[in-house]
Amino acid sequence: MRVAWWVVVGFLGFSVGEIPYSGPLLHAQIAATTDSALEARVRAVASELRCPVCQGESIQDSPATLAQEMRTVVREQLAAGRTPEEVKKYFSDKYGEWILLRPRPRGWNMIVYVLPVVALLLGALVVMRVTRRWARPEESGSVSAQHVDTTTPS
Amino acid sequence: MNWQRAAIATAAAVPLVALFAYGMTRDPREIPSPLPGRAAPDFALEVIRAGDEPSTGGLQPGDTLRSSELRGQVVVLNFWASWCLACRDEHEVLSAAARTYADRGVRFAGVLYNDRPAAGLEWIAQMGGQSYPAVLDPRSRTAIDFGLYGVPETFIIGPDGVVAYKHIGPVTTPVLTDQIERILPPIAAAP
Repeated sequence: MRVAWWVVVGFLGFSVGEIPYSGPLLHAQIAATTDSALEARVRAVASELRCPVCQGESIQDSPATLAQEMRTVVREQLAAGRTPEEVKKYFSDKYGEWILLRPRPRGWNMIVYVLPVVALLLGALVVMRVTRRWARPEESGSVSAQHVDTTTPS
Repeated sequence: MNWQRAAIATAAAVPLVALFAYGMTRDPREIPSPLPGRAAPDFALEVIRAGDEPSTGGLQPGDTLRSSELRGQVVVLNFWASWCLACRDEHEVLSAAARTYADRGVRFAGVLYNDRPAAGLEWIAQMGGQSYPAVLDPRSRTAIDFGLYGVPETFIIGPDGVVAYKHIGPVTTPVLTDQIERILPPIAAAP
């Protein structure tokens, strides 16, 4: 019982002693959260920029020295208050639009966005027509179906 | 034989094959730079080795090569590294051109890219010297500013501070001469 009491007193004393340090501690915590927020923004921008010395890799994913230095540039510019768009513009001014892993949807770039959809629709159309042709002989018993029937060994 | 079907298949395949064939003729690493025609990025680079002839540099190790002090002159900025094989091919071309154009006010500089200064100096010694100054680019800041994606790359900057030409890969004497003559002020060109 007495031991428990001393434990409580000790705890109180410890926490009272901690109070003067809570100021800097809080500061450190705030700095850590803003740092991780900055890091998240760095990651977001860096993963949209192509590594110039790699094959189809972003500067976020690449271990290349140049990619690391470019990430540092991204971090510095974001920390200095530039917006992600401004940082990306800095790099596309230097390297051309090639550096952007996601091309801006305008002009000829639209091909990248439109062509897959068009190809998918065309493909669906072809599949639809072919399956309809396959289905039809069974219903109507057309010449081609009879022809198939005679050739297939049963 | 279903001629119609064959015609459709051919019509669909020909443009695709043509597109792929065109793609085969292109080098995916040759990316058009947006820099030519634009103002060259500012730089201040530490000199680690002066040019072999004082007329081709005027800078001493420890000095800083500043873009602001180069205005009014044609500048040839070559990015290189000791680990770069292609840089060996162009080294004598650059050194000779720097000597040729020294009295016509063309300034050459070799920017060491992603390399240890000691390795760079050793490489120059192995190559038998260098007529133009070698400078450092810590943390590749100037390289990124110039949109560099490999070595060697050579930039020719006009007297107005605008990038006139960018060369990817080892530069040759005809290319270098042509591009320098194109922008060299006619007054300086008079003998």
